Order: sequence, then structure tokens, then C-alpha cells
Amino acid sequence: MKLDLGFIDALGRMTLRFFKSAGELVIFTGQAIYHSLTPPFYPKEIGRMMVEIGFYSLPVVALTTLFSGMVIALQTYAGFSQFSAEGSVSLVVLVAVTRELAPVMAALMVAGRIGAAMAAEIGTMRVTEQIDALSTLNTNPMKYLIGPRVIAGVLMMPVLVLIGDIIGICGGYLVGVTKLEFNATTYLISTWNYLKPMDIISGMTKAAVFGFIITLLGCYNGFNSKGGAQGVGQATTNAVVSSSILVLIFNYILTEMFFKM
Amino acid sequence: MKKEIQISMKDVHKSFGSHHVLNGVDLDVYKGESVVIIGGSGTGKSVSLKCLLGLLTPDSGTIKMNTKNIGMLFQGAALFDSLTVWENVAFALLQNRLINRTEAKKLAIEKLAQVGLGKEVADVYPADLSGGMKKRVGLARAIATNPDVIFFDEPTTGLDPIMSDVINNLIVDTVKKLGATALTITHDMASARKIADRIAMLYQGKIIWIGSVAELDKTDNAFVRQFVAGSANGPIKMEVKAN
Repeated sequence: MKLDLGFIDALGRMTLRFFKSAGELVIFTGQAIYHSLTPPFYPKEIGRMMVEIGFYSLPVVALTTLFSGMVIALQTYAGFSQFSAEGSVSLVVLVAVTRELAPVMAALMVAGRIGAAMAAEIGTMRVTEQIDALSTLNTNPMKYLIGPRVIAGVLMMPVLVLIGDIIGICGGYLVGVTKLEFNATTYLISTWNYLKPMDIISGMTKAAVFGFIITLLGCYNGFNSKGGAQGVGQATTNAVVSSSILVLIFNYILTEMFFKM
Repeated sequence: MKKEIQISMKDVHKSFGSHHVLNGVDLDVYKGESVVIIGGSGTGKSVSLKCLLGLLTPDSGTIKMNTKNIGMLFQGAALFDSLTVWENVAFALLQNRLINRTEAKKLAIEKLAQVGLGKEVADVYPADLSGGMKKRVGLARAIATNPDVIFFDEPTTGLDPIMSDVINNLIVDTVKKLGATALTITHDMASARKIADRIAMLYQGKIIWIGSVAELDKTDNAFVRQFVAGSANGPIKMEVKAN
């Protein structure tokens, strides 16, 4: 009897490819952390990336968190009013925005905007030999390209999320006061009273981790792209998809860590 | 007087999976001379160059270079899109903090002048330059640190014959002015004849012939004769795979 090993062969190849990629990513992560923390630093590049991530992502993050806060206020009211618990709307908006919506929405927006741009830029540099050129000019590409992006991502994501928190809560407030006819002063006071430092800290911690994931995967996919325009396109897609998935996975892990705090 | 060896490759091997690209490359390049490696596509020219530059690690063999001060002109110039022309030229000097930005710009304009470009291009971005101008800027960047060794990767690829000759002349002039050692890989025979003191032919991952330009036309090596003549008939068989 002839045994068809085609399936096992394909499965074996896939498994090997997965572990190879995972190993490469782990090594790249280690290198990225090392090169981000050791000199020489490139302040001009770090500054450029901070503006790119922090400033230019602000409109899209502001819009998404504003509308998320507004939707949460409406939906919470619709549910809670059935149990005469409308007074908790401000609490739910506060917790949902600071702990979940602002960090996750901001991360997904930044992954689409910055992760893709980084993968495309670095990928193009790879296929046009600009990364090789850096090496021949006595400049370590990991330090010059990856370090500044990772540093900027880790520093600027919490800033974006903090702004997103304020705007998201304002969104909830707007809907609460104008649509649901809450008293403006009462809403603000209850929001302030419910606010716990851990709400903000957990959101900002998530943001820093997400910033690391997004910039790391954008850089990793760009750095390892090959095969011209098609390879750069593939790297861009991979960067956005993989960082979005990892953001959601790490969101759960971090939420569980902060669950009882 | 014995000539000093500047670059030495001894029995260098490099494979990618089961594909053996370099099968024992031996090459000595003397100080101040210009050696051109010729060979068809896929014979290992680029891999040899990448091994010399440290971008690839050979599987076995030894590579020695008597200097760390090197310059490199890439095939597509490989200029950094996000930087202006002068920042590209002065990149190594600026990143290694050897001079300040004002001095760096002045030096970059001097280097641009050496390759026949005016100071008006200093502040433009690479995307605004033609192919020939990019090569010139790439050359200016390669010579910015007054390197002891300059590598050229297919310096005339993608250029028209006249611009190719301009680039060849610039390469000869700049290398002579610097007194540098030059190693070029190309399959453009006109370029090789113009640039080279010695020409080496790489075939199936080995140097199969090396000699002066004058010897090139007299050699009875069938591989070299076929390559120089650009003939499809001869011992070199091109692999053509049909899907």
C-alpha cells in the first residue's frame, strides 16, 4: 500500500516555518530592545518619529475615542435604564474609555497608520539596498532605524492614549448632557469621584506595550522584506495584521494582570 | 619592490541552502590598483562583494582587508530618500560626529563638485534626481571620507552609453585622485576595460581567470573569450528554465 505523505510533509514544513519565524522574531525583539537602550542614540530620528506617531496620529485617535465614548454612553444608558441604574453611565464610560477603548482603539488606529508606514519605509529601504548602505557607512541599521522607532512608539502611545482618555470621556459627557439629559455638574463630579489612578495607569501601561508591539512588528516586517514591490506590500499587510492581533491578545493578558487592582 | 596586498580572499565559500554560490574564491587586490570582477548573472559577483563588505558571512575561507575606511557605490545608488543630497553625501561624517553640520555641508558641496554636480543640487532630495545624477551623488558619498578602498557594484547599469562613459571617467579620476584601491563588479565590458588595471572572471563561484586588460584580448581561455565576445555559443551555458 502506498502511503501518501503529502499532508504530513506540508504540515512539517508549516511547523518548521512557524518556529523559524517565531525564533527570528524573538531574536529581533532582543536586538531591538538592546539597540534601543544602548548608545549611540539618534535624537533627530527619535524626534522625527515622535512627531510622526504622536502628532500626526492625534486626529484619527481623537475621532475614534470621541465616538467610542459617545457610543458607550448611549449603549450603557439603554441597558442600565432597564434596572434604574442610569447614574452609573459616567462610571462605565470612565472605566471603558480609560481601561479599554482608548488604548485599544488608539493602538489599532496607530497599527494601521504607523505600523504600515514603518513596514513600507523600511521595506523599501531594504529592497533598494539603503539598509546595506547604512552598514557600509559605519552606521548600525538596528540602532539608526529600529531603535528610534521603538523608543518613539513606547513614549508616544501613552501620550496619545491620555489625550484619547480625555476626549473619550468628553464624548460620553456630551451625549450624557445633551442627549440623555444628565445634569452637567453632577456628571462631571461623579466622573471625578469614580476616577481611580489605576484606571489611568493600566491604560497607559497597555499603551506603552502596544506602542512597542506596533513599532516592533512594523520594523520587523519591513526589515525582513524581500522581492521588490510585492515583498514590501506583503510586509505592510503582515505588519498591520500581526500587530493588530497581538494588540488584542496582549490586551487580554494585561487586563487580567490589572483585573484585581 | 613587493606590492602590498590591500584585499585578500582565500578559498571563500558561501551557500544558500543547497545552492553553492561561491565555491572557493581566491583573489588578491594590491594597494592602489583597480580590479574588476566580471561574470554573468548568478555567478556570485554580488555575493562576493557582500562578503567583502561584511553584509554576508562566508561559510568558510578567509577575507582580509587592510583598512576599515571604505566607500561603496551601490548599483541603484541607494541614496536615503528622507535626506537631502548633501546630507546623503556627508552621512558618515555626520553620524560618526566627525564634523558639524556647517562643515559637513561645505565638504559635501566640494565632493559634489568633484563628481561634476553644482551646489544647487545639494538641497534637493534624491527623488528629484535622474539616474545618472543619483550615481554621481552615490559616488560623492562613497568618496566623502577619503576611503582607502572603494567598491563599485555595477556602476553603469541602467545608464545610457554616454552617461556610462561619464561615470566610468569619474570613477577612474576619483580613484586616482584619492590613491584608493578599487574593486568593481560588472558585466559591462566597456566599463571593465576603462576602469580596470586587472580583470578577474568569476564563473560558477570561482575565479577562473585573472589578468590585465591587454591580456584579456589575447587569452585563449574559452570562457573569457565567450564572455568578452558576448556570444551565446561556447562553454558557458545560460540556464533557461521554462515553467
